Amino acid sequence: MQVGIVHYLIVAAILFAVGLFGIFLNRKNVIIILMSIELILLAVNLNFVAFSSLFHDLTGQLFALFVLTVAAAETAIGLAILLVFYRNRNSIAVEDVNTMKG
Amino acid sequence: MLEGPVSVFFYLFSSMMIASAIMVVISRIPVHSVLFLILTFLSAAILFLLAGAEFLAMILLLVYVGAVAVLFLFVVMMLDVNISHLKRTALQLQCHWFAFLIGVIVLIEMISVFISSHFCRPSVILFPMPDMALRSNTQALGDFLYTDYVFYFQVSGLILLLAMIGAIVLTLRHRIGPRRQVIARQVARTPETAIEVKKVESNKGI
Repeated sequence: MQVGIVHYLIVAAILFAVGLFGIFLNRKNVIIILMSIELILLAVNLNFVAFSSLFHDLTGQLFALFVLTVAAAETAIGLAILLVFYRNRNSIAVEDVNTMKG
Repeated sequence: MLEGPVSVFFYLFSSMMIASAIMVVISRIPVHSVLFLILTFLSAAILFLLAGAEFLAMILLLVYVGAVAVLFLFVVMMLDVNISHLKRTALQLQCHWFAFLIGVIVLIEMISVFISSHFCRPSVILFPMPDMALRSNTQALGDFLYTDYVFYFQVSGLILLLAMIGAIVLTLRHRIGPRRQVIARQVARTPETAIEVKKVESNKGI
């Protein structure tokens, strides 16, 4: 058996699709949407690392490191916003985010 | 990239990662979702390790399993969302098939791109990956991160600082109820403002 770049890319693509599916599927819980975003970013990181390994170039791993940093910051801010929203509306359902009547 | 019996681990952990990612999405109980998210990151770290990115695998374990997943767990437990309400409403999903359709379409698009295109070697390798016997992955990454990419490193530090300040500012709340000690006011008090002298007539009271 041999595992190549295409195997890694297909796994990452499936992970990305699962994350996307989660974002569209979930209407009741914003936390699950944040977790789906994490899954999507993980898929992107997997692609970066796979290409870095294929080309023997460290740039991909450096970039994956920065993606990780931004993802951590995004999660912290997202959860803080979620907490404030829960305090104000006493709910975290996506359908309740309608204060701006958009 | 991987050959022989090592590829068994790739199939094992990639299938584990995808299964737990699906469970993250479809699980009804938020705490279960977070625990499956931890399993997903664990398997992804092993996939990173198989691809030769040791430092990133360890960082994934430290940052995600150690910090982000615990943050998620903390928020899930703090929010105390009514699970029975979630269960009842989750049954009447309307966009279920729409979501599935979008996911499948994107998946097919991406896989068809991979299969139809071939990945040629780049003409320029910016930072060559050194031989593991000569130099470890962490040392090599540090060499490039602190020299050529030091600006981006500093900017990512600033982003983290901004995120920290933002999260604190968003979640900080001043309660009206409790009385706090204000030392400046205590020091600024003088006998003239604090004491009032009244002349009390006899047999009257105040």
